[in-house]
Amino acid sequence: MDEKDRILLQLLEENCRTPISELAVLAEVSEQDVRDRIGRLEATGAIRRYGAVIDWERAGNGNVAAVIELKVSPERDFGYDRIAERISRFPQVRSLRLMTGAYDLQLLVTGPSMHEIARFVAEQIAPMDRIRETATHIIMKTYKENGTTFAEREGVERLPYSF
Amino acid sequence: MRDFVSARARAIPPSGIRRFFDIAQTMEDVISLGVGEPDFVTPWCVCEASIYSIEQGSTAYTSNKGTPQLRGAISRYLDAGFGTRYSPEDEIIVTCGVSEAADIAIRAVTDPGDEILVAEPCYVSYTPCVSLAGGVPVTVPCRAEDEFRLTPDALAERITPKTKALIANFPNNPTGGVMQEADWRGIADILVDHDLLLISDEVYGELTYDGSHFSPAKLPELFERTITLNGFSKAFAMTGWRIGYLCAPAEITAAALKIHQYVALCAPVMGQIAAYEALRNGEAEKDAMVREYRLRRNLFVDGLNKLGLACHLPKGAFYAFPSVESTGMTDVEFAETLLREQHVAVVPGSVLGPSGAGHVRCAYAVSRDNLKEALSRMGTFLESLK
Repeated sequence: MDEKDRILLQLLEENCRTPISELAVLAEVSEQDVRDRIGRLEATGAIRRYGAVIDWERAGNGNVAAVIELKVSPERDFGYDRIAERISRFPQVRSLRLMTGAYDLQLLVTGPSMHEIARFVAEQIAPMDRIRETATHIIMKTYKENGTTFAEREGVERLPYSF
Repeated sequence: MRDFVSARARAIPPSGIRRFFDIAQTMEDVISLGVGEPDFVTPWCVCEASIYSIEQGSTAYTSNKGTPQLRGAISRYLDAGFGTRYSPEDEIIVTCGVSEAADIAIRAVTDPGDEILVAEPCYVSYTPCVSLAGGVPVTVPCRAEDEFRLTPDALAERITPKTKALIANFPNNPTGGVMQEADWRGIADILVDHDLLLISDEVYGELTYDGSHFSPAKLPELFERTITLNGFSKAFAMTGWRIGYLCAPAEITAAALKIHQYVALCAPVMGQIAAYEALRNGEAEKDAMVREYRLRRNLFVDGLNKLGLACHLPKGAFYAFPSVESTGMTDVEFAETLLREQHVAVVPGSVLGPSGAGHVRCAYAVSRDNLKEALSRMGTFLESLK
């Protein structure tokens, strides 16, 4: 990855609907070069997919989300990878990370209600082999997601002219 | 009653854009490319450090020349970033913005009748400050065909036996022109030959997009005869904090300090603490802002040229300086009509110096969405002229 790739990735992360022609001007490369670079970044998996950052609450579809901490006994030869792979297959699991510190795996889980999430954890996750302990934390409010602040701030008035 | 206003104050010309201000004030939806400040809010770590210090009761005067911590940090920053070495003890003064630094630098070196060269187009304060100090401002043109650099020929032409100093600002407001090392070497020879001082305002130094900023005091033959001015407003989005600094050999610094202590006493302590934090922890955010300015420059200059407003690619600062000659209008007519009809505010180049005539200054330190909207309105405006 070079400087131009980095610029393109940042622009796409900010708005993946930016036209190729505009990306080319911004990054100071040709349109064909933009296409080639994006193609390469898609092929290597650096670009995983294109999506939108959605404030679901504002959209009127208030899914419940929870952070779930798991203490897991690692497996000989595989560590945490196989159990993580099993957990990641559940569509309810939006993110899954191995952490340092007091617990091992951290899940972000979404569901239509608190009850549904509790049931998912109790019936699907907790009984799995090697899971020693679970802790479920319901998300009460999201202030910032993937670099985007949800609350609206008043802009500050600036002078129309200065030297 | 007699007329109390001094002849010197009376002689300062009124602002060339007062009228524009008044027009803009009557409009709701102005897109302003007229303001020379970043649209970013100061990095949060900087605000937070200053807020905390106020809570701790840090609200008093500081040393006249600024806190030792900040002077030390400035000294290290200049050495690491631009290769210029100034002692924090006696070669750096923290000032109320670069505006004050320019004023005390000019007053520290100007005797009545001294001719002070001012490379133009430029920021509007240099010429009046020279006049207020009793000096005679003499402008030196920087032309579009030279990418708005200062050339040895233009400089040499304006030197007389009365000439004492040159004031130059690169990267330049309003043109975005920059001076590389080779450009400065040509100027240095003339300054040395004629035994002239250089006042170098480098407040846009961090905003250099192709290559890196060259600070003329880095040249050994210029160091002893250069006053370097810089500040936090543009690089760290800190215009309202009013923190700049002056760096010069000890003897000149001591002279400027006498003026500073009587007119300002010291720069505001909250701003000094904020500036110290900016140097300690603000670099990543500064770099991100500079990268964003470069994207905006690319977008905006491309758009101007597509509209038929010829614009060189500015290599520094955050201004585009397109020619409006293709419209057949003067820069003042263009700026005023564009504001009245499309509510886009730009500054006519002629108010920033005679060489700015026929150009308008567009500050692209606004969001890319606003730049696109401004370009679209300018397109509509140009169509309406046909």
